[in-house]
Amino acid sequence: MSASQWTAEFRQQLALGGISVEPIAVAAGFSERAELWQIDSQQWQAFAELAMQQHLRWSAGWAEQFGEQFFVNALFEKQGDFILLRSLVNPLKPELPSQATVYPAANRSERHTQDMFGIKFIGHPDHRPWTRHKAWDKHEYPLRKDFPASGNPQGVTPPDLDYQFIKSHGAGTYEIPVGPVHAGIIEPGHFRFQAVGELILNLEERLGYVHKGIEKIAEGRTPESLARLAGRVSGDTTVGHAWAACMAMEQAAGIAVPPRAALIRGILAERERVANHLGDIGAICNDVAFVFGQMQFTRLRENWLRTNALVFGHRLLMDCVVPGGVKADLSEASGHLIKQDIVQLRKELTDVITALDLNTSLEDRLYTAGFLADEIAAGYGTVGYVGRASGQNFDVRRDAAYSPYDRVTMRVALENQGDIASRFWVRHKEIKAALRLIEQFIDLLAPGDLIADWQMPAPGSEGLGIVEGWRGETVAYLRFEADNKISRYYPRDPSILNWPALEKLVLNNIVPDFPVCNKSVNGSYSGNDL
Amino acid sequence: MLRIFNKIFATGIVTESVKPPKDDELEQLGIAIKRHIDSKFAGSIAIREVDAGSCNGCELEIHALNNPYYDIERFGIHFVASPRHADVLLVTGPVSRHMQTALLRTYEATPNPKWVIAVGDCAACGGEFGVSYASCGAVSNVIPVDAVIAGCPPTPLALMKGLLGLIGH
Repeated sequence: MSASQWTAEFRQQLALGGISVEPIAVAAGFSERAELWQIDSQQWQAFAELAMQQHLRWSAGWAEQFGEQFFVNALFEKQGDFILLRSLVNPLKPELPSQATVYPAANRSERHTQDMFGIKFIGHPDHRPWTRHKAWDKHEYPLRKDFPASGNPQGVTPPDLDYQFIKSHGAGTYEIPVGPVHAGIIEPGHFRFQAVGELILNLEERLGYVHKGIEKIAEGRTPESLARLAGRVSGDTTVGHAWAACMAMEQAAGIAVPPRAALIRGILAERERVANHLGDIGAICNDVAFVFGQMQFTRLRENWLRTNALVFGHRLLMDCVVPGGVKADLSEASGHLIKQDIVQLRKELTDVITALDLNTSLEDRLYTAGFLADEIAAGYGTVGYVGRASGQNFDVRRDAAYSPYDRVTMRVALENQGDIASRFWVRHKEIKAALRLIEQFIDLLAPGDLIADWQMPAPGSEGLGIVEGWRGETVAYLRFEADNKISRYYPRDPSILNWPALEKLVLNNIVPDFPVCNKSVNGSYSGNDL
Repeated sequence: MLRIFNKIFATGIVTESVKPPKDDELEQLGIAIKRHIDSKFAGSIAIREVDAGSCNGCELEIHALNNPYYDIERFGIHFVASPRHADVLLVTGPVSRHMQTALLRTYEATPNPKWVIAVGDCAACGGEFGVSYASCGAVSNVIPVDAVIAGCPPTPLALMKGLLGLIGH
């Protein structure tokens, strides 16, 4: 079924249900995989109910102040095609019915919108704040245009002691509060466990500690400056977020990235994927005290990062993706070096992975632990390797292919056991697939430009960048105002969809297995908190 | 098991010691660090890493200090799980306002004598994020800082150099 077929049928079904949506014409450059539909705010929830029946996946939600009005947006996906649903809410009484009652994935996102804009989602199952702790007042909304970026901070922001965690009652149950400062070299966040003996009865995540005001300080930036900021939404996903943001800006400006630049972006993104998977597989081994695995994988990661520094000038590839293209070329000699590296890495992986595969003590810790059922993975709309280890067969690179992925055929790694071992093996398969992609992209390189001439976008023009970052589907929405300046930027890290799954997959595991469960998911705190 | 031993044997010791062409500063630096640490902290320093709002880029490179190429522990520098065990706080990120109290409490929990190293451009001067309703900016806006290691993020070698600067002054 082609895209237009299912969306057209879906519109008919909506009409039968008394829900009318108005397709809005978008500028020529806007994401060709997405249709923009406007809906009356009163039907916001009813739309979600029909969308759920038709198996649409809830992907992202954000709001925007546009003049004196508020837009509320939600992004849905099915079969690689997206619907961007938009509603206008009354600025005097900004409220609309919640979609979180239908899609659990929308829960924290709506709370974020409530905290940042003061838009109320009626019927929302959770009235607690999410992003807001104590840095601004309950009745102040940082993303409203009349809120100054400097805010009105106190000398010392007090800790957030009012958050009402779920309580357990009963003999023998106890709580373990963990964080925000953790024992390892890791980002800050709070975890509240309820346990009986060593068994986890419940886990509640409390994030928001690294909220840095990314959406607010994006306002007024130039395209180059926004790309730099996007590259720091989550340090391990610098290519992914910068690419999504640049894709959105290029749509708004109506420019096409030269083929050579697109191929180099693909190489950068796959190198980022490999580096992170190597690091995480090592860390999973470390969390079950299997030091051999950790040492081997951190060594392989270091080799890989050194090649990044040599070829692209930065170990983590920051600021390599720029609006219109890429910053640096890839010489023939560098292409050759990368290919040699890949041959070596494959050989080493065969040695190390074979040794790990046959190791019973590792099997004992990874199999069946941290089980995430397919239904729960689907219910939360989990993406990337977390979703794909629980049967969620979706990958933007294949299902909504963008340049350069539209020039190659790729196999998407899929498992359905849903445990830590499954996520481990999906990552291993993704490394192998990424290595093949890098080789293919190098082979496809033909002489050409590295960057397209920038054209100033018309005031009000918008873009929606969707790429498969190493963690999964990564979304960037933005809109320009006059003079080449950004008026709204919203990055949706895949972690926002994957964090809630962690609360479920640790249940009935023992507390000491939490680190390895967490590492197998490895959500970004910074990408979540913004 | 045999495969593991084979791989360990075939890998050998990759820790860079005498004069590898790219990283020849490393060993000298490390030895100098050890000499200073010996005089002040009886042979070792314990570091508590605190992410006070970083994008996680700095953490990735701090992690790399423990990989077999750098193996920072051979110089008596190791990472500990609690500020109570630490001589040095290695603080990254602009300090988000939501982490301000947590950072202050971590600082108070660290016994004297203690040093604070601000790691990365954000920790040094606020970097890409600066001061805003959500961010206090540089670490020195919140707690006293003894040394700064700049970079976005600093490379593992730059981190080692920074440690030398701290211990030397």
